Amino acid sequence: MNPTWSRFNITSIVLGFAFLYLPIVLLVVFSFNESKLVTVWGGFSTKWYVSLFHNQGLMDATWVTARVAVISATVATVLGTLAALTLTRYTRFKGRMLFSGMVFAPLVMPEVITGLSLLLLFVAVGLDRGFLTVTLAHITLTMCFVAVVVQSRLMTFDRSLEEAAMDLGAPPVKTFFQITLPVIMPAIVSGWMLAFTLSLDDLVIASFTSGPGATTLPMKIYSQVRLGVTPEINAACTILIAVVAVGVIIASLANKRREVQRQRDEQAAQRG
Amino acid sequence: MSNAAVTAATTSSAADAGKSALARLGEAFVGRLVIIIPYLWLVFFFLIPFVIVFKISLSQTAIAIPPYTPVLGFGDGLSGLLDQLKQLSIDNYTWLTQDALYVNAYVTSVIVAAISTVLTLLVGYPIAYGMARAPATLRPTLLMLVILPFWTSFLIRVYAWIGILKPEGLLNQLLLASGVINQPLIILNTYTAIFIGIVYSYLPFMVLPLYSALEKMDYSLIEAAKDLGCPPTSAFWKITFPLSLPGVIAGCLLVFIPAVGEFVIPDLLGGSQTLMIGKTLWNEFFANRDWPVSSAVAVILLLLLIVPIMLFQRAQARAQEQDK
Repeated sequence: MNPTWSRFNITSIVLGFAFLYLPIVLLVVFSFNESKLVTVWGGFSTKWYVSLFHNQGLMDATWVTARVAVISATVATVLGTLAALTLTRYTRFKGRMLFSGMVFAPLVMPEVITGLSLLLLFVAVGLDRGFLTVTLAHITLTMCFVAVVVQSRLMTFDRSLEEAAMDLGAPPVKTFFQITLPVIMPAIVSGWMLAFTLSLDDLVIASFTSGPGATTLPMKIYSQVRLGVTPEINAACTILIAVVAVGVIIASLANKRREVQRQRDEQAAQRG
Repeated sequence: MSNAAVTAATTSSAADAGKSALARLGEAFVGRLVIIIPYLWLVFFFLIPFVIVFKISLSQTAIAIPPYTPVLGFGDGLSGLLDQLKQLSIDNYTWLTQDALYVNAYVTSVIVAAISTVLTLLVGYPIAYGMARAPATLRPTLLMLVILPFWTSFLIRVYAWIGILKPEGLLNQLLLASGVINQPLIILNTYTAIFIGIVYSYLPFMVLPLYSALEKMDYSLIEAAKDLGCPPTSAFWKITFPLSLPGVIAGCLLVFIPAVGEFVIPDLLGGSQTLMIGKTLWNEFFANRDWPVSSAVAVILLLLLIVPIMLFQRAQARAQEQDK
């Protein structure tokens, strides 16, 4: 039984969320500022959004970033799911310690180290820096996050479902695609989304591994921030936030609907 | 795997026994691939790069492409390679340990990360505690609200603070207008701004493990303590806090390790007056184009962090065991 939710608890939650959300809200509000000064309100205007769409450099960078994020998130989801399966299903094989180390270490590794080491690898094998190298770097980083997300779902997976399918004669590969995959699908989808946003967001690793033709949006934003804070950057940030927020809300609604459907099915099955 | 093989053998008729043997071989091969593909990927893109970083940290800077010497290769045969190996030296490391700038940067980074971690824990604990005691129907929403900022760009969230902390920024406008201060506070481009930036950016990493530890807790323990006359504060320190310790450790490591090598926050909020090792490495690489020295900086940073990283790994493995 849960005890009362005290006033102290409520206050700390409200203050905590205010701290988390206020800076983002202010950023969005000031993207609609008429004045060129970011922090002085000069009336409502959407002119920064208009000028944003005429900024060719920013538009190019957005296109590069979107492609890198989609490709790297997709490959990372496949590799990360395989890594999660390895971690949960194959408990003893040579080098398992090393493998789990290589999956967990990138989660906390400072980005400057990962970025530098990947760049030196690409130079050593003679790969030109550009679109391909950024994508490879992002796959390596994000597959570990996917692995952790999918792994936690596999942990709670009821394996008797698989055993039942195999007892009925389904070969393991078929069992995987017909039983296991549908059950862990929500985790795979959220793994993909996490990989996508991490790639969309990354400045440090992209700066090390990218070449002249492949400037990503964070790199572009960063170089503009260094020159000074402008409402145009606020507008670009607001659009990015909106895209991610819409994606997350759609995904969680879809998840909820699936959950409700599942409960209904279960109830129907029990009524028989 | 063996279970499946047995089932496959018993259910298949003698006529297609040959086919099922082939299929079994196929299944075993697929099972191998599941391990091999991610394994090889991580060895090639995660492990080998570290070996290369280590090797280049022993090289010398050169005006060439790539900008270091020697470039190891079999171009001159085996004896040529041996000659090249002899050129490797630990000069970069002696230089790093003798230059006060680098030593300072390492020490400051560890101190800044440690202080920030404690601050994040102090801010995050009451939030996680409040969430864990919230009505069960409200918890998924609260959890979602903690995760949501994590989905928005790190760079954007750090950028947002520039507008707030600037001398003519929103915080100073508010404080000046309300008469709390007469002079604008100088926060941007100081260590205070870095602390704020790290606490803000890494807060979800602290709250999530704390919440999952606190949520699992059995509250009847607290009630029992209360019934036996234990005051709330000592009940907290004797029961709640020790039980949440796995979450505290995981959260602190998740904040501390990346914070030591943080680049974006010290660069955008700390300005040129603050010194942190992630920024030093970045400048060494991008401004000075000194690849061997930046590699040496990275190797020492990695050595500093190897113990916390191994602790993190062990904590993860233990959490995994408990879930089973």
